[in-house]
Amino acid sequence: MSKVNITIDGQQYQVPAGEKLLWAALDCGVYIPHLCANKDKERPDASCRLCFVEIEGFDAPVTSCTQEVFEGMVVKTRTARVDRLVQTAFELLLSNHKLRCGKCPQNRQCELQKISRERKLKLKLTRLRPLLTEEKAVDDSTDVFIYDPNRCVLCGQCIWVDHKVVEVGAIGFINRGFKRKMGTFGDVPLAESRCTQCGECVKVCPVGALVFKEKTE
Amino acid sequence: MKGGEALELLAGELEQIQAETAEILQQHGTGRQELIPIIQEIQERLGYLPKPAMEQVARALDIPEVDVYSVATFYNQFRLNPPGKHQIKVCMGTACHMMGGHIVMDSFERRLEIKEGETTPDREFSLERVACVGCCALAPVVVVDEKVEAKVSPIRVDGILLTFEIEKKEQEKEQQEGGAEE
Repeated sequence: MSKVNITIDGQQYQVPAGEKLLWAALDCGVYIPHLCANKDKERPDASCRLCFVEIEGFDAPVTSCTQEVFEGMVVKTRTARVDRLVQTAFELLLSNHKLRCGKCPQNRQCELQKISRERKLKLKLTRLRPLLTEEKAVDDSTDVFIYDPNRCVLCGQCIWVDHKVVEVGAIGFINRGFKRKMGTFGDVPLAESRCTQCGECVKVCPVGALVFKEKTE
Repeated sequence: MKGGEALELLAGELEQIQAETAEILQQHGTGRQELIPIIQEIQERLGYLPKPAMEQVARALDIPEVDVYSVATFYNQFRLNPPGKHQIKVCMGTACHMMGGHIVMDSFERRLEIKEGETTPDREFSLERVACVGCCALAPVVVVDEKVEAKVSPIRVDGILLTFEIEKKEQEKEQQEGGAEE
């Protein structure tokens, strides 16, 4: 496989040609925040808006999960504009996130916490006010895991695994706007759906939305 | 828009749904891009998107049912419950929202014991939210069937529903009397 030379934050790297910048950077040990990115997806969702970088010659910051590497690419992962965009996206995610980390089964294994640590972003709202809507109901109908929509970041990793890896087709995104969540056909509890409770979706959840029951006890 | 507690289908309704859906499916290919045109046509013919129809579409296009449900719950255009005999549309446009449109919606929800987007089990009323019906000076506005109700208060909500109740009782009375005469 041919390689191209790129520069990230002043460091030179050799990365496989045709690869998306996000994965190239991660492989080189450069951390870029990301939630919705999935290497196996043909077309990146680019919906979490966390993986912004600036590239020399580009007018505006771009999402690194959609940008292919090219020879002589010069990337900056931290600029004022990038930080501003990532901070806003991160705060928007927190604005409807149940934030009591101490009580969350995924405490210390959570991607949001990792992003907060890496980018020195506070795990609380400063500019925004929390979204004042009722908490969505937790689905604990299965024997194996629970789904808490109030901790969901809508990254779609669980749905992708359900559709493309285990090929069950039990879950998908339902509703729109503030009501959007992961759900089943007819919004019935998971145990009543065609879900096989294989637990593969739980393994890919980056936050505490899908958690094995044994962890919650 | 909870599909979970969907209304019971009436006798013969399932057969009609299946027949109509099959007919619509025949006129379309099986590509994913056909999904929205298909469910639009089903709604046009049946007035709503019944669960069995969505399952049938999913099978025909070879996609999980939840993907059909996902699209149907995303667009406001699609309704998952049959339209009631009387359709109540509560305006939630900017003016009506400011004048307490949500209070009117709450009153209807409580009185009819259904949520927005649902239909009463007897199929008398269906409740919907709409965005601006074009007479903001009359806010908050409710459109009942085709009639515009201006400056609606929770008391007026009771009034509207009472009118229908009386109307229904009179009709039943007439029918009974008509039956007795024969």
